[in-house]
Amino acid sequence: MSQPKTKKETEDLLELYRQMLLIRRFEEASAKAYSMGKIGGFCHLYIGQEAVGVGAISALEQKDYIVSTYRDHGHALARGLEPKALMAELFGKRTGIVHGNGGSMHFFDKNKNFMGGHGIVGGHISLAAGIAYASKYRGDGAVTLCFFGEGAANIGSFHEGMNLAAIWKLPLVMICENNHYAMGTPEYRALSVKDVSVRAAAYDIARDHIEGDEVRKVREHVRVAVERARRGEGPTLMEISTYRFRGHSMSDPAKYRTKEELEKYKQGDPLIKAEKDLLSAGWAQEELTKMDEIILKTVEESVDFAEKSEEPPLGWLYKHVYAENV
Amino acid sequence: MAVLTYREALNRAMTEEMEKDPNIFLMGEEVGHYEGAYKVSQGMLAKFGERRIIDTPISENGFAGVGIGAAMVGLRPIIEFMTWNFSLVAIDQIINSAAKMNYMSAGQFPIPIVFRGAGGAGGRLGAQHSQSFESWYAHIPGLKVLAPYTPSDAYGLLKTSIRDNNPTIFIESEVLYGSKGEVPEGEFSIPMGKSDIKREGTQLTIISWSRALMYVLPAAEKLAKEGISVEVLDLRSIRPLDEEGILASVRKTNRALIVEEGWNVAGFGAQVAYLIQKEAFDYLDSPVERITQEDVPMPYAANLEKSSLPSEEKIIKKVREMIK
Repeated sequence: MSQPKTKKETEDLLELYRQMLLIRRFEEASAKAYSMGKIGGFCHLYIGQEAVGVGAISALEQKDYIVSTYRDHGHALARGLEPKALMAELFGKRTGIVHGNGGSMHFFDKNKNFMGGHGIVGGHISLAAGIAYASKYRGDGAVTLCFFGEGAANIGSFHEGMNLAAIWKLPLVMICENNHYAMGTPEYRALSVKDVSVRAAAYDIARDHIEGDEVRKVREHVRVAVERARRGEGPTLMEISTYRFRGHSMSDPAKYRTKEELEKYKQGDPLIKAEKDLLSAGWAQEELTKMDEIILKTVEESVDFAEKSEEPPLGWLYKHVYAENV
Repeated sequence: MAVLTYREALNRAMTEEMEKDPNIFLMGEEVGHYEGAYKVSQGMLAKFGERRIIDTPISENGFAGVGIGAAMVGLRPIIEFMTWNFSLVAIDQIINSAAKMNYMSAGQFPIPIVFRGAGGAGGRLGAQHSQSFESWYAHIPGLKVLAPYTPSDAYGLLKTSIRDNNPTIFIESEVLYGSKGEVPEGEFSIPMGKSDIKREGTQLTIISWSRALMYVLPAAEKLAKEGISVEVLDLRSIRPLDEEGILASVRKTNRALIVEEGWNVAGFGAQVAYLIQKEAFDYLDSPVERITQEDVPMPYAANLEKSSLPSEEKIIKKVREMIK
């Protein structure tokens, strides 16, 4: 994608860059807090993949739905979920986005149509089809965007969800964030295809494949799929190729890949690309540095907030096991 | 009072609820054009159309997930499993998504869904099509589990399940679909967690549910002729469990026998037995006993199938031993 030309385009990229930078800084802070034992369980970082989540989600309207995976921090922040509430969730506090019931893998925000944070690889794909099904049932014009990794493209739920979405022409956009490793298994040892999106042919639906290093390019492509879904022309299967700079989770030193490989991908860091484009378009480095400082402060405040928040009261243990009947 | 078959009672419950609430739809294999593999949804496609009576491909994991997703945004799906045997490929969705969504989201996403279909031991259907999963689903917090025996209970409990804001596992018995019973006229519902005394007695309580009552009730009749007075408690609702009802009956009769079609090891009856020994130990005149399916996959041969299941004879023998 070419560099931004007009002031409007530049400001647009600046906003996308801000969102990506927020994710990066938030994740760096959570990595630190994890290392200090303040965050428990699994913690799957999104560092390196920011252009996918930010680009894709910026193609949506407020009424649209997002269904995410266990690697959901980036998607949640891109959707505008409150960093404080997310960090407090990671810390397991009552002020967390789901009051400490979910943790890293289970962010939910009904007000923002952020439909989770799901921990079973690929299990959420048919849920996304169900949300899209409800939109079609009601005719509300909303589109559901579902993220998953290439590892999920081999599970039954993926194929069943795709088939149902195809036969019912559901307003669903399926985005495979191919970061090339399903935990420690490289794609060539697990996938029968080199590009997950070619599997769209098996369901006779639209497909697309792009590199996920340029945030505006991601949005442009996702927008095409979203509009197709909104017109009632059914689902799209996209593969957006990307790379995670960290291991699968905080407990993974990622010894299954070489330093050279990592360095090669770091050259394509979506933040550096966006930064370069902004600078070439005449944006001042100081402005960007100032933005970074503001974001760092926001993240620090969220850590501080999480730290100072109380744990959920023990009386909440049984709260929400069952919904009330009203 | 109208006499309805079990399947007609279920059909009436769904139809009445769907007439009232446009958010309810029925989805599953053969529920529409075929009118239900067991004809439970007969006439519903003609009445409600393809938008609300939805045939699916053979794809339980997929359409269970679709139902749960739809429920996340406020629809109220009824998902039919042709049989509960096929629910096993959807069990990830039922447990990891349906049962936990409300908890994981701190109450943001209740899942008002009914999973229903034929279950239990059937007529020589062999190991993969003839088994009971009440214990499996009852194990999971977040789910409610029901297993009605009579048409009237099937009607009243299905209504309650459809109106409930939680995922409900509604296990019908494929052997009972044609059974008839009186169903009161007019609309009614039956609360969950309330057992029903199907027969009053004084000397021993048999606790059972669903098709197993087909053996229990005639056995109780025969025992009565011998002068042994058996009370028969139909749980109807496995989770929530009517603990008070069970304990009240056992405290009255001082003996308890649990009869279930599921397997013995970690079967639901073990939970009931635990409850009784814990809360009514001082009232017991004999150990709590269980009759279950034998601990084998269901055989096909008629004699072996019969011998593996609870029966009138087994029940009568066990009760005589306990009363001695």
